[in-house]
Amino acid sequence: MTNKTINWIDRRFPFSSFVKHDLTEYPTPRNLSYWWNFGFLAGFVLVLQVATGVFLAMHYKADAGLSFDSVQHIMRDVNYGWLLRFMHATGASAFFLVIYIHMARTLYYGSYRAPRELMWWTGQGLLLLLMATAFMGYLLPWGQMSFWGATVITNLFKATPFYGEEVVTWLRGGFSVGDATLTRFFSLHYLLPFLILGGVAVHLIALHTVKSSNPSGIDLAAKDNIPFHPYFTSKDFYGLGIFLIVYCLFVFFLPNSLMEPANNIPANPMQTPTHIVPEWYFLPFYAILRSVPDLVGGVVAMGLSVMMFAFMPFLDRSRIPGGASNRPMVKLGFYLFLINMLVLGYVGATPPSNQTILIGRVATLFYFGSFFLIPFISKAEERWLIKRGLPAELKELMEREAREKIDLPPHRRAGDDK
Amino acid sequence: MSESDTLGDSKRRNFLIKVTTVVGGAGAAAVCVPFVASMNPSSDVLAKATTEADLSGIPVGGVHTVAWQGKPVFIFHRDPEEIKAMEASDGGFDPEPDQQRVKRPEWLVVIGICTHLGCVPNKEGPGWTCHCHGSQYDDSGRVVRGPAPRNLAVPPYYFVADNKILIGKSKA
Repeated sequence: MTNKTINWIDRRFPFSSFVKHDLTEYPTPRNLSYWWNFGFLAGFVLVLQVATGVFLAMHYKADAGLSFDSVQHIMRDVNYGWLLRFMHATGASAFFLVIYIHMARTLYYGSYRAPRELMWWTGQGLLLLLMATAFMGYLLPWGQMSFWGATVITNLFKATPFYGEEVVTWLRGGFSVGDATLTRFFSLHYLLPFLILGGVAVHLIALHTVKSSNPSGIDLAAKDNIPFHPYFTSKDFYGLGIFLIVYCLFVFFLPNSLMEPANNIPANPMQTPTHIVPEWYFLPFYAILRSVPDLVGGVVAMGLSVMMFAFMPFLDRSRIPGGASNRPMVKLGFYLFLINMLVLGYVGATPPSNQTILIGRVATLFYFGSFFLIPFISKAEERWLIKRGLPAELKELMEREAREKIDLPPHRRAGDDK
Repeated sequence: MSESDTLGDSKRRNFLIKVTTVVGGAGAAAVCVPFVASMNPSSDVLAKATTEADLSGIPVGGVHTVAWQGKPVFIFHRDPEEIKAMEASDGGFDPEPDQQRVKRPEWLVVIGICTHLGCVPNKEGPGWTCHCHGSQYDDSGRVVRGPAPRNLAVPPYYFVADNKILIGKSKA
């Protein structure tokens, strides 16, 4: 575009100043590691899912009598239909993988702490939307796992006080999961990604107000920031290349490894498969649901297990910056929590037996217990670390931070006079 | 009252704002009703509220599954031994005498949906086992092992003839 055109636009729309402020000259901490790539990757996968989804919807039929066959039609007859479907199905797993790493990074480095609480909470809302979208999308192929997964999950709403049965019937639009359920899930599966896009906009506006956190945990003064372009555009695109290698490996060589064989059987409301499992990304939460021997208790525990993360800004009482890298107890707790998640995932994937139920209960207790203990551990750890003496450079950073501590600087655009 | 008096009357203005807000809010809430109601079962779904089942083809010891309101209903032809065993106990942790769960002791009619999270249990040995989360039911459909909280539900039904039942209504 010529300067003349840009000038014409700029008089009517803040195009150049937006690009400068939020892309090219957006100040970014110079010490970001590759763990800071995953927000960008999540955005990329979101675009990928919307794009493949829109094209799949051109060939898919949301009708209990037709949808199973229309997926076969996509796989066999539609040009590159197999590719679109495998990209979309693998993309769902990729989305959760990327988001879980994104969350793990936030927990490890304590990025959820002030002033980034709103980022953490909008992220939590986005996670819930993502889970709802994935769950509804999973019904659409109308296979056995689709059908029984939707049956079990809609049944969770039986836990609603007083109106349990009515709420479940209302959600399904029938006395069991059926055609009405399928069409509404398709409608919502198409709608929710656009709510996610809106949520991402809020998440990014918050990010550009508080700026990125960084491994040191200190809000670096302006001199330690570098422009986003070219430093982090190149870093993000390099990470994208690595991501795409792994993604393509699954799309082209292992697409069925993430799918349940039972979902190749058309939905049969009269017969439940002998072993039903959710997708891998729901397994730990599913294990928590099964660990509580009471329906309402199980549903509440599962809901809480997802929502517990939102309390982190209140639970973490330590003022030591930098998350796990400066805090040995947090580091230990982080890895134990990660292992516990894997144990819960394993329990969720195996059929219930006395042994796995016991393991599941212990892991569930540990899961909630670790959140419960964080306030005490973080406080004690802070006292211990200060008594032992903080490293000189950390102390100096903290002091400088305290000196320069002002509330968020007034919103400025890069084009403004300094 | 002249026009300037009306415009300057802040009490009157506040009252009008409040009333408009309440009426507008009520209108907005009322508009939600058809949208929410549209998600409830439609007339054609409700029309299929009853199912007739023929029992003549079910041998002693056999279970037939029929669809009622899209849900599986188990019709189990019990032998005298099973009837005796079931009448002797009150089941597990949701005690209920067998006599209250059947209209005729040789025919057990229960909704084949696990009361935990809605999977269909399988007939295995005596009783049923739900593979989703491991609940077990006896030959009267009563829960004997959790996590299911209640016995398999008995649908409303009645005998139209000696070997025919209508599920969905408890009497003609």
